Amino acid sequence: MAPSGSNNEQSGQTGIMSLRWWIVGIGIVWLLNAWLPELISPYFFQIIVLAGINVILSVSLNLVNGFTGQFSMGHAGFMSVGGYLSAFITTSLVASHPELMNDPVAGVVIFAISLIMGGIAATAVGYIVGLPSLRLRGDYLAIVTLGFGEIIRVIFLNTNAVGGARGLSGITKFTTFGAVYTAALITVFCIWRVVHSAHGRILVSIREDEIASTAMGVNTTEGKVRAFAMGAFFAGVAGGLFAHYLTTLNPGTFDFNRSFEVIIMVVLGGMGSISGSVVAAIMLTVLKEALRPLQQLTGVDLRMVIYSLVLIIMMLARPKGIFGTSEICDLFREKLSRRGKHPDGGSA
Amino acid sequence: MAEFAQYIINGLSQGGTYALIALGYTMVFGILQLINFAHGEVFMLGAFTGLYTSKYAGLAILGTFNRLLTGSAETASTGAAILTAIVIILVAMCVCAAVGFCVERLAYRPLRASPRINLLITAVGVSLFFQNAGQLLFGSDPKAFPDLFENLEPWTFGADENLIVINPLQVFVFITAITLMLILRHVIFHTRLGRAMRAVSFNHDLASLMGIPTNQIIAATFMMGSSLAGAAGVMVGMTYPKVEPLMGSLPGLKAFCAAVLGGIGNVTGAVLGSFILGLAEALLSGYGTPTYKDALAFTILILILLVKPSGLLGVNRTEKV
Repeated sequence: MAPSGSNNEQSGQTGIMSLRWWIVGIGIVWLLNAWLPELISPYFFQIIVLAGINVILSVSLNLVNGFTGQFSMGHAGFMSVGGYLSAFITTSLVASHPELMNDPVAGVVIFAISLIMGGIAATAVGYIVGLPSLRLRGDYLAIVTLGFGEIIRVIFLNTNAVGGARGLSGITKFTTFGAVYTAALITVFCIWRVVHSAHGRILVSIREDEIASTAMGVNTTEGKVRAFAMGAFFAGVAGGLFAHYLTTLNPGTFDFNRSFEVIIMVVLGGMGSISGSVVAAIMLTVLKEALRPLQQLTGVDLRMVIYSLVLIIMMLARPKGIFGTSEICDLFREKLSRRGKHPDGGSA
Repeated sequence: MAEFAQYIINGLSQGGTYALIALGYTMVFGILQLINFAHGEVFMLGAFTGLYTSKYAGLAILGTFNRLLTGSAETASTGAAILTAIVIILVAMCVCAAVGFCVERLAYRPLRASPRINLLITAVGVSLFFQNAGQLLFGSDPKAFPDLFENLEPWTFGADENLIVINPLQVFVFITAITLMLILRHVIFHTRLGRAMRAVSFNHDLASLMGIPTNQIIAATFMMGSSLAGAAGVMVGMTYPKVEPLMGSLPGLKAFCAAVLGGIGNVTGAVLGSFILGLAEALLSGYGTPTYKDALAFTILILILLVKPSGLLGVNRTEKV
């Protein structure tokens, strides 16, 4: 996000959309990747990696919940599809061809392919789940996705190929800082471009008024299912990254609380604000660790109580979230233009 | 055959509790078009109210009824046990009605004019708040429900091969559930309050133009739905003598699936869907794989949304601008 935010003021809307800055960003990420783990303690490194995964999750969920105005509660379900599949692919490959482990390039390629496969599987599942529920009004999706999380848990619990109740262990730790933040930058870039395209305007029109949108000739079901499937893809990739970071998976890893954490990131950041999701994802990942001493002190997990209260109070007091539907750069631009209009005013 | 009869009995008893929860969902949905996610947690609070009532006052109430019925507090009688259970259920119903009122007043009413997605997010927030606050308040470990019917033997029919076991508690649960549903039906279709509720669910604005106090009616709907969930909570607590703060979420969601299966917003449909779900679950765990039981309700939900989104008894309503 750093290169995009700072460059927007100079080059306007086209600058942030251009691929150039994103490639520079990915380059910086891989430069950092080499020496970051040695520079900071493993604890902070873990927080940074988890923050990156949460950015992918919250930005992709924002496409569904924020821009399209549907309410999905099954992001953890798609994570588990992607996570299990990619972990299954890499573990079985590593088991059958142990020599691949010695070649770092082969490892990265296998990991990338397994992540994409996991994402595609999540997309397919998202399509199957989304099609019946997205034909109807938004709230059915909430309960269907919630139920889907349960179905997927039961299925993994009963599938011996992925370890059943014992879970899948011995996954190679492929996930690095570079991998997570490359994926995060690609996610933000893709979703940014989708939202600012004609397709994105279809999604926003569905959110604003579905009936009017239908009247204008928009196939709303198709738009919703596409957004949902795309969100599921990135959730699947994030699940793969998460699985290869944890190195063990069990059916309880992706429970409803994980979905809920992502939802609160999206709601807090502002439904319809990509930068809001990024900021909220980083903020809540850090907050979760910052609240850990409180948990040790009281002996109970207060975090979820705090999170749920924040959600209720947010809805009552500021339902649009921190940023609403605007982006960080919009706020900067507003401030600049206001200053331009009142040069002698002093305060902005 | 006896096996089959046994599954049917288990299914009916399970379906009865689903029905009590589903009624609350369907009533609130009918009047506000809101999925009240916190409903499953009201069910959990009902179970805990029942647990603490019977723990601290259960013996006293039981003793009083024993004295009234048999003349001595020590002599146990089935009648006294049933009356005690009814008193505990009534206490839980009152507490849950109060909880439902507070939730509606504090969380949902201020948001009634806002987009539906905000209401939905709030409902999820309230549900999680109760789950986690419940874990703080009651502890997250399962608690045993005091056994009021300890002196009752299960009824058995047939012998060896064809043995059918009926727990008197199952019969009690079933009869209580049916009674509560009949009372609800009477209230909705034969009283002024019920007529007002139906009017509000038909059209808020028109109802208030006709002089119906919309806010009070909505509050009453929440209270009625919540009290039924509370009753279901106590009965589930008695049948599976274990109560825990997270017990509400899964039955709550399943009951919602049952309500959609029967046609959401339709009171008869909710009962029908719940019994179908209860029976299907009992038969699946009996003949098929019990491990897949928890996924059945959601599979049914996805299928019914695919085939007939308005549910078995629902009517298709076109959305108007």
